[in-house]
Amino acid sequence: MTTDTAAGPEAGSRVLLSGNEAVAQGAVEAGVLVAVGYPGTPSTEILESIADRTDLDVRWSPNEKVALDVALGASLGGVRSIAVMKHVGVNVAADTLMTAAYTGVGAGLVLISADDPGMHSSQNEQDNRAYARMAGIPLLEPSDSGEAKEYTKLAFEISEQFDTPVLVRTTTRVSHNRGVVELGSRVDKPTIGFTRDPKKYVMIPGHARARRPVLLERLEQLATYVETSPLTVESGSDSTVGVVTSGISHHYVREVLPDAKLLKLGLSYPLPMKRIRAFAESVDRLFVVEELDPHVEDALRADGISVAGKEFFSRSGELDPDVVRRGFAAAGVVPQMPSITAAPATVSRPPLMCPGCPHTPPFLALKRLGAVVTGDIGCYTLASLEPLAAMDTCVAMGSSIGMAVGMAASGGAEGPVVATIGDSTFLHGGIPGLIEAVYNKANITVLILDNGTVAMTGGQEHPGSGITLQGTDTTPIDLVGLCESLGVKDVRVVDPYDLAATYGAIEGAMAYAGPSVVITNRPCVEAPTKIRDTPFEVISDACTACQACMTPGCPSIVWSDELFEGRRKVVIDPVTCTGCTLCAQLCPPLAIVPVTKEVAGV
Amino acid sequence: MSEGTRGLLLSGVGGQGVILASMIVADALLNAGFDVKQSEVHGMAQRGGSVFSHIRWGEDVDSPLVPKGSAEVLAAFEWAEAIRWVEYVREGGAVVADIRTIVPPGACNDKRAWTERYPGIDAELFNDRQLKTRLVDAAATATELGNVRAANSVILGSVAAFLDVEQDHWEAAIERLVPRGTVEINLAAFREGREVAMARVPRPPIAPEGFSGPHQIDINHVWCKGCDICSRVCPEYCLAVDVDGRLNIINPEACTGCRLCELLCPDFAIEIHAPQTPAAMADANPAGGTT
Repeated sequence: MTTDTAAGPEAGSRVLLSGNEAVAQGAVEAGVLVAVGYPGTPSTEILESIADRTDLDVRWSPNEKVALDVALGASLGGVRSIAVMKHVGVNVAADTLMTAAYTGVGAGLVLISADDPGMHSSQNEQDNRAYARMAGIPLLEPSDSGEAKEYTKLAFEISEQFDTPVLVRTTTRVSHNRGVVELGSRVDKPTIGFTRDPKKYVMIPGHARARRPVLLERLEQLATYVETSPLTVESGSDSTVGVVTSGISHHYVREVLPDAKLLKLGLSYPLPMKRIRAFAESVDRLFVVEELDPHVEDALRADGISVAGKEFFSRSGELDPDVVRRGFAAAGVVPQMPSITAAPATVSRPPLMCPGCPHTPPFLALKRLGAVVTGDIGCYTLASLEPLAAMDTCVAMGSSIGMAVGMAASGGAEGPVVATIGDSTFLHGGIPGLIEAVYNKANITVLILDNGTVAMTGGQEHPGSGITLQGTDTTPIDLVGLCESLGVKDVRVVDPYDLAATYGAIEGAMAYAGPSVVITNRPCVEAPTKIRDTPFEVISDACTACQACMTPGCPSIVWSDELFEGRRKVVIDPVTCTGCTLCAQLCPPLAIVPVTKEVAGV
Repeated sequence: MSEGTRGLLLSGVGGQGVILASMIVADALLNAGFDVKQSEVHGMAQRGGSVFSHIRWGEDVDSPLVPKGSAEVLAAFEWAEAIRWVEYVREGGAVVADIRTIVPPGACNDKRAWTERYPGIDAELFNDRQLKTRLVDAAATATELGNVRAANSVILGSVAAFLDVEQDHWEAAIERLVPRGTVEINLAAFREGREVAMARVPRPPIAPEGFSGPHQIDINHVWCKGCDICSRVCPEYCLAVDVDGRLNIINPEACTGCRLCELLCPDFAIEIHAPQTPAAMADANPAGGTT
């Protein structure tokens, strides 16, 4: 995180902020009082960057639906509020979102969806612009940090002017792009209070039927508003080619076509169709360049405007200046790119479980025990990769348990069925799955990997951590008590650094007839605090190069230059080794020992 | 517009501090009066994966991403990551590469040849692209100055030598962004990095002889009681005891000949036989003809 937090330098100064920090800064300047979300790349830093502001209520919720519920409640209560999540999080919150479009808001309510084209850290690359259309709410698409701040501020104004939640959609290249932002000052927006209005806020069928026309009328008004909105920006002078763009794509197009006429849509639902039609008539050839789905392109076609787009610019993956140039080259607009000499071969470097990760030993046991493993979202998903290769499915937050129930019911799994799920993911969406397992008597084992934090996104607090985002102590959820209260009769807690005990606990739980739970209880070695014990080293003379220590795939262990019977011995990097002891427990000739102090130079 | 916009790339491995280093570069460029955009990806990639950061600067920057073949400098904090991103450097540009090597465990999985799949350090590898390559032993330089943790500043100093940005702007950025208490050492490392000598390329690793095929696993089923010890220790998951208690070889191709199963079998029921090495085969058949 930079030192340019929203609480940092004074109004008027120009600083470098990430898109995420800029969104937070925009919310702060807009007078937001409640900011709530669930961690998820690339959205996480939005709330983290304002967590130290004691004048705001900034919090992690157990999941995105609860986050949007909290934000909606706060909005009805009369304070500006913002809900923050990654694109797939909006799926979880969608139930609330679809009806919040009917109720409208009290004070301004903004939903941030940080999409991940290219799936840098996600299980899919869904285009959440579709949610704006489905819910019938306005959509803003900032293209850089400066706009991320300004659009977020404006989103609150639009929300209150039109009585609607507003969706602001960023992408990874906006959220994790640092750019120049001019800071403004915060406006004071005290609560306007809650006004009872059951016909607006109690969505029973009779009331909702009356709100549906209100929603549609509001969309008509927004369609008029957007025609004169300053967020629709025309630039460039060369009218042989005209391009309609939004978000980050605008900058890629400008890079490739420095003089072409561009129509940049800052507010891209509803669309300014009159402006677009006039623009289309002013250019010889019209293109739409947008990442992922043909959201704008389809709307233009439906309106009878002749346009080219997805036939040149892929619907799959991120755009970048090179991809956009290739698209315009294929369309005959620019010359073909000169070929670039390919880089020489190098080693592939996929992400890995960290040295000392307490998630590693249970997966080693699961692989040995031949379990069919339904996985979930988190660092432990990396156990699906070689050499562990011990996970068979990963779909969505909390899906592991329900899928294990179904897998067991199918009878198609050769071997015991085990669901693996992290502590935060379990609290987010796993609990109903466990209730399903108990209620419908599933013969599965649920392995809860409790490391006390949301590790994959960088170590955020969650309801099991006993501490809030703003650092106050709170009641931690007791996972053992929770599982027992749901009716699980076989609940075991084990230290994952004790490999034999982990083996035994999992093997025992798998033998139990009915739903069983094993909870591993070591904290993450990276967050919230780095845990470093005495590192280990290999006594080379004792090493028989059997490779047993290599089976967990620990990044600290690689081959040495010495051989035993033609095979490579191993060596441990003392700088990255955390001293977890797993490799030492695996070593048959006991060749792996703690580094002595003299050697370590401590 | 984006005319005159220039680009720079930083690359390394998750945990090396690539993002902090790129924030320092971006801040120095902002201090120098440029419009700056810096783009990175974090999240899953930080778990020991390849990490990179694009920086673009100029009067009015559009794309935060550097088009391939256009970067002035690639600053690589690890050798394999220099190779991975070299396509982004323009002809005549520069590569500043730390000679540090971080071998991923996945590079140690060829259990026939026993050779790491890791590219050897080669100062002339990019010569055909007309690039200036500067190899830096940043850790050694920083250690000489008193703290190995200032190594990234040595690299930044080397990068600064290729860019037309005044020293004051760099130093202000370092002072603002490095952890408190490390400003002096990082400034010293940065200044040293401008002048630091080309690092000596370490000698290439050994190339073991290797084996021509898998080892032969022989099980004496009369003596085997199916106790499961061998299958639970086999690092390559070659063996399994089935529901009838019979030991089976389920993955014979993977046997590396470590003999753990043979040595740990309480009933002496397993024997491992080595295949010939290529050299031994050549000795046995010096003419190289077929038999």
